[in-house]
Amino acid sequence: MRYSSEFRDPGVARCLLDEIAATVQGADQTMTLMEVCGTHTMAIYQHGIRALLPPAIRLVSGPGCPVCVTPIGYVDHAVALARRPNTILATFGDMLRVPGSSSSLLREKAQGADIRIVYSPLDAVALAAKHPQQTVVFLGVGFETTAPTVAGSIVTAQSRGLHNYFVLTAHKTMPAPMAALTADPELQVDGYLCPAHVSAVIGATPYEELAAKHGVPCVITGFEPLDMLQGILLLARQVVAGEARVEIQYSRVVRPEGNKKALALLAEVFTPCAADWRGIGVIPGSGLALRSDWRAFDAAMQLPVNVEPAQEHPGCRCGEILKGQIGPRDCPLFRTVCTPEEPVGACMVSSEGTCAAEYKYGS
Amino acid sequence: MKSDVILLGHGSGGSLSHQLLDEVIVPALSGLAPREQNDAALLAAVDGRLAFTTDSYVVDPLFFPGGNIGDLAVNGTVNDLAMVGARPLALSVGLILEEGFPLADLRRILVAMRAAADQAGVAIVTGDTKVVPRGKADRIFINTSGVGVCDHDFDIRGSRARPGDKILINGSIGDHGMAVLASREGLELESDIRSDSAPLNALVAALLTAVGAEIHALRDPTRGGVATTLKEIALQSGVDIVLDESALPITPAVAAACAILGLDPLYVANEGKCLVIVAPEAANAALTALLRHPEGRGTAIIGEVGPASSGRLLLRTAIGGLRAMEMLAGEQLPRIC
Repeated sequence: MRYSSEFRDPGVARCLLDEIAATVQGADQTMTLMEVCGTHTMAIYQHGIRALLPPAIRLVSGPGCPVCVTPIGYVDHAVALARRPNTILATFGDMLRVPGSSSSLLREKAQGADIRIVYSPLDAVALAAKHPQQTVVFLGVGFETTAPTVAGSIVTAQSRGLHNYFVLTAHKTMPAPMAALTADPELQVDGYLCPAHVSAVIGATPYEELAAKHGVPCVITGFEPLDMLQGILLLARQVVAGEARVEIQYSRVVRPEGNKKALALLAEVFTPCAADWRGIGVIPGSGLALRSDWRAFDAAMQLPVNVEPAQEHPGCRCGEILKGQIGPRDCPLFRTVCTPEEPVGACMVSSEGTCAAEYKYGS
Repeated sequence: MKSDVILLGHGSGGSLSHQLLDEVIVPALSGLAPREQNDAALLAAVDGRLAFTTDSYVVDPLFFPGGNIGDLAVNGTVNDLAMVGARPLALSVGLILEEGFPLADLRRILVAMRAAADQAGVAIVTGDTKVVPRGKADRIFINTSGVGVCDHDFDIRGSRARPGDKILINGSIGDHGMAVLASREGLELESDIRSDSAPLNALVAALLTAVGAEIHALRDPTRGGVATTLKEIALQSGVDIVLDESALPITPAVAAACAILGLDPLYVANEGKCLVIVAPEAANAALTALLRHPEGRGTAIIGEVGPASSGRLLLRTAIGGLRAMEMLAGEQLPRIC
């Protein structure tokens, strides 16, 4: 593919790997680097990066898979909405297989619920326009990469005078969970590979406090293999030098100030709220709720349904996996009762989930 | 035909059924005169092992760049016969039509079936048509079965991959699946991706003539894609299979569409592709034979069979890493971000 093979050049990869090895040579202990974003996790597996790194570098997966950090209660809520008569539930494909307490959207679809996979929230707005007699609910899940497009869909629905379009929001923001993880005494993260496309929206500034206050270096890193290797090199250099700065490796896309238009749209439609992160818990100010002017589009408010009490699978250890405390193979359910065909926890569902990646690509 | 859509009566077995058969279906598919029609077709006796296969087609959308459900249904069954080294002799066609299905669409599909059968040099000799009430089927479902004959004694099986064998594919990966996905409602992906739907019997015949005794396994990577198909062979043969990522033929358009949707082209369906597992000493001869054929112009050697094992599929990545691949679980679902 044009403009991506350049970032997969084996010769350059070799040079970067040699540089990384030289940088950590003589380091007295292993450094733990957390890749925050699910797409990073996928890329690490997909390109076999872990096996190429020196043993002194340990990569752990972070909380950046939007499906994985969505609490089970949200899935139950979506299931309840899908069961409403005369309702079309529109969602990105990832959410379909996520198990709720007693059902999943895939199962509801098989039993007759009208659930459509869309590729953009605007497709859901188009569904609402096409089916004026029905209620269309879009599942607003994702970080700052997705949230502006959902905000855009709400603004569009309003300007088109659509009264049958609703969003069930569970949007979350960075870098609040990174600060929470850094403060967790059980975790020792020496550096963060910060998400690429989230940072294209929020810029580099939000990470400054993390670097300054907690002394953890941050490198905003792209998703191609050479991006990843260069990001790891920049982080390793900072760790070895005892520095803690925010650097932008992914400078061809990310500006320090972020994407002002997307940020303005987010601020127009959403307001920060406390959010429940699966496995991490409630973090103040880490979610996005619809502002009062836009509540007419809030599915949770406008479409009351009975949601069953949330019940996690007793053996599921997604929480610890999401915090990077344990790996997929440390979970007793991994590969035994929890598989991509019949996932128990969300980490096995999303293509970006750590367990799905380990199952698919781990040797 | 007075009606321009399929009516329930077209499946009743009565006069409307005869009208549909005599005026639309039989002339398009076989041209057999009504007085020649019987309850079963008689096939001439042949020498050699017989191959027999069946497949059902429910693709959505029915029409996509590079083909439609009709040629897909013929090519798929012809190719299943070809993958055991058989020459196709005769096909059957079962049609399940939904009440209200436009006759114009049916005609387009039948024309494509006949053209594909003619291209493969195989006759459609028997068939059946049913009509179900509206909502009980999705427009049209097609089943085709095929009988073929092996004119040779070559032993071509999924369990015969041997350490050292080379793995070839006759062209680019993932075109069919991405062409279908890109033409689905709701995905406005502007691309020039076309399905690779094509009969492979002539290609396989040329390959067998060149290096038949050295061919260990043939398989078409349809649903589940190249990765799932090779994983099956690795398991059946009890060997490692190692793919070389930088050798995989993937068009820029397919690579880009996959990247946008978060799909892996190695798991995307193909309908005109054949994986060839061949003894290493015959790999170059196989490559030459395939490259000479119109359906094999994009042939590449994409990997090799490793040592005996529990049946792993491994991918050597472009930057030199190694990763294990499993069969596709469920459907590939597009990701959120």
